[in-house]
Amino acid sequence: MKSVSTLLASAILLTVSTAVSAADLKPAVVFDMGGKFDKSFNQGVNDGVMKFNKETGLKYREFEITNPTQREQAIRKMAQRGSDIILGVGFAQSSAIEKVAKEFPNTKFAIIDGYVVAPNVQSLLFKEHEGSFLVGMLAAMASKSGKVGFIGGMDIPLIRRFACGYEKGAKHVSSKIGVIQNMTGTTPAAWSDPGRGAELTRGQFDQGVDVVYAAAGYTGVGVYQAAKDAGKLAIGVDSNQNYLHPGTMLTSMLKRVDVAAYTTFMEAKNGTWKAGIKVFGLKEGGIDWALDEHNQDLISGDMKAKIEAAKSAIIAGEIKVHDYMSDKSCK
Amino acid sequence: MNTDSRSLPRWIDIGLIPVINIALALIVSGLIITVIGEDPLVAVTVMVKGALGYQEGIGYTLYYATNFIFTGLAVAVAFHAGLFNIGGEGQAYMGGLGVGLVMLGFDAALPIALLLPLGLLASAIFGAAWAAVPAYLQAYRGSHIVITTIMFNFIAAALMVYLMVNVLIQPGQMSPQSREFSMSGHLPFMHEALAWIGIPFARSPLNVSIVWALLCCLGLGAYIWRTRWGYELRAVGHNERAAVYAGVNPRRVIVVTMCISGGLAGFVGLNEVMGVHHRLLLDFTAGYGFTGIAVSLMGRNHPIGVVLASLLFGVLYQGGAELAFEVPAITREMVVTIQGLVILFSGALAYMTAPWVERVYHAVKPRRAPAASEA
Repeated sequence: MKSVSTLLASAILLTVSTAVSAADLKPAVVFDMGGKFDKSFNQGVNDGVMKFNKETGLKYREFEITNPTQREQAIRKMAQRGSDIILGVGFAQSSAIEKVAKEFPNTKFAIIDGYVVAPNVQSLLFKEHEGSFLVGMLAAMASKSGKVGFIGGMDIPLIRRFACGYEKGAKHVSSKIGVIQNMTGTTPAAWSDPGRGAELTRGQFDQGVDVVYAAAGYTGVGVYQAAKDAGKLAIGVDSNQNYLHPGTMLTSMLKRVDVAAYTTFMEAKNGTWKAGIKVFGLKEGGIDWALDEHNQDLISGDMKAKIEAAKSAIIAGEIKVHDYMSDKSCK
Repeated sequence: MNTDSRSLPRWIDIGLIPVINIALALIVSGLIITVIGEDPLVAVTVMVKGALGYQEGIGYTLYYATNFIFTGLAVAVAFHAGLFNIGGEGQAYMGGLGVGLVMLGFDAALPIALLLPLGLLASAIFGAAWAAVPAYLQAYRGSHIVITTIMFNFIAAALMVYLMVNVLIQPGQMSPQSREFSMSGHLPFMHEALAWIGIPFARSPLNVSIVWALLCCLGLGAYIWRTRWGYELRAVGHNERAAVYAGVNPRRVIVVTMCISGGLAGFVGLNEVMGVHHRLLLDFTAGYGFTGIAVSLMGRNHPIGVVLASLLFGVLYQGGAELAFEVPAITREMVVTIQGLVILFSGALAYMTAPWVERVYHAVKPRRAPAASEA
């Protein structure tokens, strides 16, 4: 009974707050091809905008695109419908945002993972290499065979940045460590192919790998399952995926797109929103590694101390993590 | 059951039955929409209005239809020669690569008047070349074309990822796409072309390549039914051995037909790369090559049928996007379900209603047209 009445009360509260503030901000978000339930990148953004909705009661428009032409169409449509701030998810939307932002100079735009220079666009960039470096160190420390694996989605610059950071991190622990890399595919299906992810993972295990890191969207689910089945370790990505298989999930590399999405909407609401570049790294708390009740038994005190030390060193600038994008190579 | 529908007059066979099929699909979709708690009438209205109710929507519908005409014709021409070309996706991808390379190479030096024919030629040649290899393997080595064309889709995708990430990428960009072509490398949009002759039209990705698509329909129809090569093509499709007896070289016909097919699919690249995006990028084919198979089957492998089926698919794509945009409860997965139902009823189950229609027809009609059922 009590729970019903509190539910009712909160529902009334919610409608009241909606009625009060509905006039001030109309945010919109355009998800990319993976869709908002990809358990990874897009879903992180979805969590962020849902949190915004819950806290402020403000409704948002959303759209999930199914082909490249729809990016521009959806973003323009949001602008035409009078959305105040439009969030594009993923680097692929950069050119569409760039185009539409010119046509609607009074509308605010934000893009995750993309870099657009315009007076009304906020570019939200992440230092994935820093987080990948840390989980690479963890992988190397946890590995008994001296071989660690990486499974990427598609062979694109963004994923190479993950792979490069990971490799550098592993080599930072021991220069003798072997890193085996595989990409899932060459079409967008590569981001949602758990079966192939599992197959590649088993292939890497056969080559002696005993810790594997996936940066492949929903494909990762198959990677983690294969690791669990073989009793080996896996590392999650973007969201905290430790809970999926407690005991075999070594950790997750957190890319807090939820925080980025939530913050840009919040800033727009509070009037503190500014165009320009916002970088999220270890220092800003936008990138991190996950330690919770699901993986604490796998991380020894020694490992934790070393990772935390490396983290502070990266933040202080004592360790420079090589960024693949800086010179398009991982030497 | 196929023979049953033959006893019906043509307007029922190609006019009424498709309408009944689409209506059935919409009724089933309506039931599903009701189950998830939305008003099906509102949904259908949003979908139709979104696709045909205003200029921008019409533009998008016709833009999608342009792609489907190209891939639909590609499948249709191969089908007439008894070949099943599943490789439209890869051929379109390669066609786009051809256009893109020409534009990246010459957009600074040449005017649009030269770039347009060059782009046209490049997309056709690249698409045809991509189809020629499976065709050769089928004709001279007996490797089944269904398998090889599917495999070539993956090779095309792998090649494009390699080229876009390592060679053609715009320096300093995260996104694997080339630089934008200069203005002379842009096909005129339809709203621009119409503005020249004084007709205002809302902006949309629709560009002049739709004119080329319609010309291709005419050309292909003439080729298949009005030329000696078309006769040979149909002869091989009907009976390869009989064709040999008639002095036709089926191997040559297979290779030539697949080149035409691949060239047609390659024009998707013209529409997408030179017409819409003005740069090379990944995944611009977005499944149009595969949808072309459904378009061709639904259009009974006839150019006019392909145009009509392309329009239907254009409406489904654009109306579906509009639906997902306007009604938040209807997700894109729901839209795919509706599209699938329409394809199921008007493609796979095309003749399901024919016996019933026939029964009704003969119950009503025989007094006025007694001889109709004799044939």
